[in-house]
Amino acid sequence: MEITTHDFWTVLHGMGFGALFMLAFSGALAELFRLSAPGVPASISDREQSIVNFYLIAMVVLAWLTVFSGAYVIYPWYRAVPPAGVTDLADYPRRLLLSSGRTSEWHNVGMEWKEHVAWLAPIAITMVAYVTMKYGRAILQHRNLRVAVLSFAVAAFFATGVAGAFGAFLNKYAPVRGGASIVIMQGEKK
Amino acid sequence: MSTIQTTQGTAMPNGPGAAAILAAGIGCAAVGILAFAGDASETIGKALNFYNPVGTLSGVTTLAIIIWLAAWLVLGGMWRERTVDLGKINVVAFVLLVVGLLLTFPPFMDLLQGK
Repeated sequence: MEITTHDFWTVLHGMGFGALFMLAFSGALAELFRLSAPGVPASISDREQSIVNFYLIAMVVLAWLTVFSGAYVIYPWYRAVPPAGVTDLADYPRRLLLSSGRTSEWHNVGMEWKEHVAWLAPIAITMVAYVTMKYGRAILQHRNLRVAVLSFAVAAFFATGVAGAFGAFLNKYAPVRGGASIVIMQGEKK
Repeated sequence: MSTIQTTQGTAMPNGPGAAAILAAGIGCAAVGILAFAGDASETIGKALNFYNPVGTLSGVTTLAIIIWLAAWLVLGGMWRERTVDLGKINVVAFVLLVVGLLLTFPPFMDLLQGK
């Protein structure tokens, strides 16, 4: 069992950071909606507030790790330019997609949208975390703060969903491959 | 003029929260506007190429983060002790967020450029 360094980073970016960030939205949106719903309790406990704070900080860290690893580690491999004369474009995903009209829009729409819209998520979720932590239980008394926090959290979820979905499709049609091999486990030949 | 009461009973101005919300809107719009500018103009696209392996995306995101943080710093300083009309600020922030979402969508970029 082995994996290449490029595959490892792609999995870390997509599954380790991105998917975990995406999964965390289910809890965050439920909690933020609960705080915004009519008839919300007058206060939440210190323990509940600490859990919400920790959860949101973890989301902020995951969001920034996702976009920075995507843009500065994987994206350069994706957009690598093949040397003159190279006809096998398997190691040059962007060029591979653009080489056919049947796949070019995966880059022109999919990657072009993904690479930009993804950055809205960490900006939005950082604000959500800051406001939620800054105001703590006092946010219960201010509807407009809760509306903004919930709306930007939903926008971050949407941006993450777009980036994640296109990331999965792009990795299917033009995977980022190459790099040194890392042997995880040695098997027996049968 | 509404204020927020903390559990200790002291008034907490909504200014710091409003500054973060509006700055987030500005940051999102900056991503969209810079992405669109880099796509529409070859000159701007080249100018935004801060780091060659990443290309224009490096300039778009670096500048957007700087604009977002600078806006947050300035607005946060201005509104630190103030209570502001958060309803209006929310509307502006949502509009800026939608600008960011639309201008990162390639078919919408192409539509604006008449492609």
